[in-house]
Amino acid sequence: MRRGLVVLVAFCAGVSGAQERVLPLSVLRSGITFAGPDVRAMQSDDVANPGELWVERGEKLWNLPAGAAERSCASCHGDARTSMRGAATRYPAHDVARDKLFDLEARIDDCRTRRQQASSYLRESDDLLSLTAYVAYQSRGLPLAVSIDGPARAAFERARAFYDQRHGQMNLACAHCHDQNWGKRLLGETISQGHGNAFPAYRLEWQGLGSLQRRIRACLFGVRAEMPPAGAAELAELELFLAWRAQGLPVEAPGVRR
Amino acid sequence: MIGRGSRRLRARRRLLQGGGALALARWLPAYAADRDLLDIPALSAFLAGRSPRWERVRLDLPQLADNGQAVPMKIAVDGPFAPGPQVRTIHLFSQRNPVPEMAVFEFPVPLERIEVESRVRLAGTQRVVAVVAMSDGVLFAAGADVIVTIDACMDGT
Amino acid sequence: MPDARVHVPGEVPRGKPFEVRILIRHPMETGYRTDDAGKPIARNVLSTFACRYNGEAVFSARLSSGIAANPYLRFFVTARDSGQLTFEWIDDSGVRGGERVAVTVV
Repeated sequence: MRRGLVVLVAFCAGVSGAQERVLPLSVLRSGITFAGPDVRAMQSDDVANPGELWVERGEKLWNLPAGAAERSCASCHGDARTSMRGAATRYPAHDVARDKLFDLEARIDDCRTRRQQASSYLRESDDLLSLTAYVAYQSRGLPLAVSIDGPARAAFERARAFYDQRHGQMNLACAHCHDQNWGKRLLGETISQGHGNAFPAYRLEWQGLGSLQRRIRACLFGVRAEMPPAGAAELAELELFLAWRAQGLPVEAPGVRR
Repeated sequence: MIGRGSRRLRARRRLLQGGGALALARWLPAYAADRDLLDIPALSAFLAGRSPRWERVRLDLPQLADNGQAVPMKIAVDGPFAPGPQVRTIHLFSQRNPVPEMAVFEFPVPLERIEVESRVRLAGTQRVVAVVAMSDGVLFAAGADVIVTIDACMDGT
Repeated sequence: MPDARVHVPGEVPRGKPFEVRILIRHPMETGYRTDDAGKPIARNVLSTFACRYNGEAVFSARLSSGIAANPYLRFFVTARDSGQLTFEWIDDSGVRGGERVAVTVV
């Protein structure tokens, strides 16, 4: 009887909704709200937003037959505006059959190698960024809603531990800046809450579009920690944790950031 | 005794007045003074002794740039133009960039509205000057000071 | 593939200025950067830009590395006849690019 009760309690605690949010919905703010007026204007302007160049390129690639199978994304998925609507809100997602956590980039690349029978894309390559931006763009305005149920749970917990752990020469945890000190000034900048809802994003510092994984790696460099290589499993797991932490915030890709 | 004192007093008063004017000049808008053009040799070379009129041109840049890699910039020249002199070219100069002449905008036909927007790169805090050359040879100019900070956290990617 | 996005208003009143906006994909490589191996990356800037309205040159620009990557230009053209705006550009390495957009004058 008692064991049954323990199992029941554990089951309830296991349901995503029962996880206590780090930042309550009432204080949740996208990174764009911490940006200056010029960055905000750039993001909201569909003509001047440099990220739109990648989205447009992504649309061309979506319709381009590729690989030995000579299939385009459109061959299977049709019009992305309908088929991909909402997709980005659910990534990263755990693929049960493959027992692997896929972020959006990995999923696109997987389709390319397995379905199109074409060569794999390099992380941060122009083509992969373009396709990711195009797919994510179809979910613009929709709230993030990833699942951390079942097999995704282990990845989520690992990432949460990483987020709360101190890293690098500066011995700082992500939580120190983004949970405890968001809104405060750091040199000339205001610390954001560290959400990834605007990625892939055009970062002025990069002079180009980049992925959320690149941004996370940059943060780790910032605290003088060793960066996991692009595409590393722990980065996808962090993306999952960040997406859960930001759930409810709308997708803003392609975002513009400092 | 009185004579010496009053002479000293007059000299002192003149000195104070002169110093006061100098102090006042420091508070005038920086771009209104031609002496600031000496800061930018490429600009001085372009002017070749000519003095631009510091009016009719609006140069908009943020006072504090989000990032020196892409700073929004707008130049507007107040009309009307036709039937009088037309804007021929607008030259944009940087005080600190390795390449001081940032851009030249050319207007081969008369246009009713002269306004150009772009995004510039600024290698650090500095002054930017726009010089407008009219078809009758008259020059107009405007300047803007921009503070460019470095990133709080370095990005090693 | 040369990427550029152009925007002009749908319809423009004759004789009035209308806004032209163009965003061009280009790194505007300054020549001052080095790659991960420490080798300098050659300068490659989109140096000449020209806009023609029904064949007539109406706006041009000479750009340097002082213009940000993925250059954005917004300027005004006075509406005359319906037709086409053509844009052409060339960079330091000799690569040319172009774009065109229809103009409807009412």
